[in-house]
Amino acid sequence: MPLLEIQNLSVDFATAHGKFRAVDGVNLTVDPGETVAIVGESGSGKSVSMLALMGLLPWTATITADRMALDGRDLLTMSKRQRRSLAGKDIAMIFQEPMTSLNPCFTVGFQIDEILKTHMSLTRKERDRRAIELMSLVGIPSPESRLSAFPHQLSGGMSQRVMIAMMIACNPRLLIADEPTTALDVTIQAQILELLLTLQQETGMALVLITHDMGVVAETAQRVVVQYAGQQVEARPVLDLFDMPRHPYTQALLAALPERATSQHLPSIPGVVPGQFDRPAGCLFNPRCEYATDLCRSTPPVVRDGALCHMPLDDAGNPTQPKILAEAAS
Amino acid sequence: MSTATTTSDIGGSPRTRAIAEFWHYFSENKGAVVGLCFVGIVICCAIFAPLIAPYSPEEQFRDYFLVPPVWEDGGSSMFLLGTDAVGRDILSRLIYGARYSLAAGCVIIALTLTSGIGLGLTAGYVRGWFEVLVMRLMDIILSVPSLLLALVLVTVLGPGLFSAIVAIAVTYVPHFVRLTRAQVISEAQRDYVTASRVAGAGTLRLMVIAILPNCMAPLIVQATMSFSTSILDVAALGFLGVGAQPPTPEWGRMLAEAREFITRAWWVVTFPGLAILLTVLAINLMGDGLRDALDPKMKRS
Amino acid sequence: MSNQAVLSARDLKRDYEVGGSAFSKPKLLRALAGASFDLFPGKTLAVVGESGCGKSTLGRLVTMIEKPTSGTLTLDGKDVVAGLSNKAEAKQLRQDVQIVFQDPYGSLNPRHKIGSMLEEPLKINRPDLSAKDREELGRQMMAKVGLRPEHYSRYPHMFSGGQRQRIAIARALMLQPKVIVLDEPVSALDVSIQAQVLNLLNDVQEEFKLAYLFISHDLSVVKHVADEVMVMYLGRPVEKGSCEEIFANPQHPYTRALLSATPVADPRHKRDRIRLTGEIPSPIAPPPGCTFHPRCPLANERCRAEIPELLDRGGTLIACHAVEEGRNQEAAPAA
Repeated sequence: MPLLEIQNLSVDFATAHGKFRAVDGVNLTVDPGETVAIVGESGSGKSVSMLALMGLLPWTATITADRMALDGRDLLTMSKRQRRSLAGKDIAMIFQEPMTSLNPCFTVGFQIDEILKTHMSLTRKERDRRAIELMSLVGIPSPESRLSAFPHQLSGGMSQRVMIAMMIACNPRLLIADEPTTALDVTIQAQILELLLTLQQETGMALVLITHDMGVVAETAQRVVVQYAGQQVEARPVLDLFDMPRHPYTQALLAALPERATSQHLPSIPGVVPGQFDRPAGCLFNPRCEYATDLCRSTPPVVRDGALCHMPLDDAGNPTQPKILAEAAS
Repeated sequence: MSTATTTSDIGGSPRTRAIAEFWHYFSENKGAVVGLCFVGIVICCAIFAPLIAPYSPEEQFRDYFLVPPVWEDGGSSMFLLGTDAVGRDILSRLIYGARYSLAAGCVIIALTLTSGIGLGLTAGYVRGWFEVLVMRLMDIILSVPSLLLALVLVTVLGPGLFSAIVAIAVTYVPHFVRLTRAQVISEAQRDYVTASRVAGAGTLRLMVIAILPNCMAPLIVQATMSFSTSILDVAALGFLGVGAQPPTPEWGRMLAEAREFITRAWWVVTFPGLAILLTVLAINLMGDGLRDALDPKMKRS
Repeated sequence: MSNQAVLSARDLKRDYEVGGSAFSKPKLLRALAGASFDLFPGKTLAVVGESGCGKSTLGRLVTMIEKPTSGTLTLDGKDVVAGLSNKAEAKQLRQDVQIVFQDPYGSLNPRHKIGSMLEEPLKINRPDLSAKDREELGRQMMAKVGLRPEHYSRYPHMFSGGQRQRIAIARALMLQPKVIVLDEPVSALDVSIQAQVLNLLNDVQEEFKLAYLFISHDLSVVKHVADEVMVMYLGRPVEKGSCEEIFANPQHPYTRALLSATPVADPRHKRDRIRLTGEIPSPIAPPPGCTFHPRCPLANERCRAEIPELLDRGGTLIACHAVEEGRNQEAAPAA
């Protein structure tokens, strides 16, 4: 049984100018011990869908889903109280800015202790021991003395380590990492990613990694979900995705990476991600897609071959015939 | 260039759109809209006082001393809100009084805004000893109770509405200086200021054209809030007899003149008091709405 | 390189005083401890390093926002440090060096229209132009960076990050500078937009023969744009050479670690990471000797005591005792 099951999740925000659909029909299943990466540019709704899962969205958001279940337990019908206790214990989430995720008024030790107090029935002594154990688990040198440190006394990498320690304190089944290394330096990023993967192997938890960095995806994930403008455009195993992208957006995204460049001029995707007011008809990617046809401009596509596209690309990277034409021909 | 990007066109010019957005957030606060309406009425009264008011504010009706309002026993339809101890129509005096209160408020705010922004901008941009000097001076002004300081200043300048205005303005300046300085310090570190400097902009250009417009939102809010307190303070000084001098129909002055009749003729005291209360309340409500609409931190996505 | 350097820096240093109060002496923070380089027309020098390596300070010195504590900076043969004390001369010098910042949201004044932002440099520096000429030039530049004419009278908040960066580039080009400092110009942008902006930068460099000082922490971008690369660590250049040489054959242990830590967008690419332990030390109290020694797998006694000099090894400048002594050969090159 999958650990996490999300079917047809949509999130709408009420804004000054009407409703805005930030997440549109997202499906996600995560098995225990698996690493899934959600990739997308800003505005793709990749963080919003996970915040919706955690119940961390502001009141202006309306969440609808056919099914949202953790370990078989339905999150949609659950009471708020049950859900809160689940959100801290079985699902944990770390954020991009380690410096602002920690409360600057309290020591690191106090903040870890608080989490243990809320979710585990341990005595004071056991909690202290567990805090030190966690700190050394995430690779913080001399954990005993660091417990009494305030967040501003720690560097960015150290703060992120503390955040991770707090989040794995209750042995979560699922860890959601929202751009955990974007604010960090490259050498520190390598350390943190390695730490996350080691922890995952040791504890057997599942990891959902939200990122915009294709390099990070390639090095960590087993399965990849590509999001564009709130929709899930492609969801496939990592090797397949990088070798033979099915969706034109994925293909263009990979081609735009400077490290894959073959000439001085990079193949770029023209235009920008559509916002609230300029959503195109048909396929949301059609104004920027080099293969777009009249069909793409008029009819929203359905999932074919793992990609949300009328004409998913074949192994050589060329568009296939749209389904209607293909059926008519046969 | 082939990579030319498309923008979202959301109808109308940026200015009308900005105003529409402002109005959206402002009108969400119902109290603010009510406040705005009341303030509008008061402004109309002030502007068109000679047309609206039934009589001149100084005209004394010798046969009608202390006539109660029209709905009380002995009231007269000639004087809707009654008359005062020397037979002047209270309604007319209130309508004309709006002129003094609003004008005094406007002049005070104009004075404090200009001097506060000038000092705060220079202090925040120049830093160093000038900043220390200005800020310590502002601390000293703040450390004296404001009404007391205003009283002292009026005594030095000689009683009268104009001295009262100057005195109150002086007590308000520190708030504006502090606010401006804090804003300027944070804005001066932004990249766009550096970009302007790299483009060759001089000190004055950086201060006035690059930085200042970005510091205005909280200042506007502070100005509305101070506007209401300034009306209160003008009334207070008038009540204490050092502000507007008789026979000026200033609201605070009217209260002071009516003091001895408080037990015999309630209306002489109540109506000027109500005028002050409602105007100040309305402006404060409006200020709340302004803050909600102008402060990006209060906005929802 | 046959043509002449447009900008030369020799042993640039910049110190800051931090934390001083009435009761304690301010501490000396050496943000930049001796950088030398030349910028050539039409060429890009990339400065690479992690936070606190002094790359942004270097950018501020080159754009003359700040003066160096010591060292010389010459622009077209003119001494910049001396020139800055003369107001008229400083104005002339500043026109030749412009900057594009990392954050496209903070670098455009939210209260100014795009048009007036583009015209501002002309208004200040070219009093001979009429308002009409200025608008004409502004509109031409806008078309050049791929913005539409109707964008001229809009405010920055109506633009996306990539478009804002185009505006920032257009503004930097208005005075026809010789050098542009690009301070992480694409690191705040999405991948698809990043490619657009990198292409634009490439186009305008060719057209105007601009010299770029490209400051970045992203090695895959640097590899794409740079002709020369200078790797910095804690205020010092540790390795400087041609782009191909640095990426194909990195010598300094820090360069190697940096390269191996950069994620590669290829799931089959597995390799032995050179793992760096520990964090970047505070520049207020840098370690003695080679500043990299606490994290360096090759460090020995000499590294802990003696600051290595930048030495020429076959065209690449390297500051490392281990390379000098040949101790780095045991550790296989990363890439």
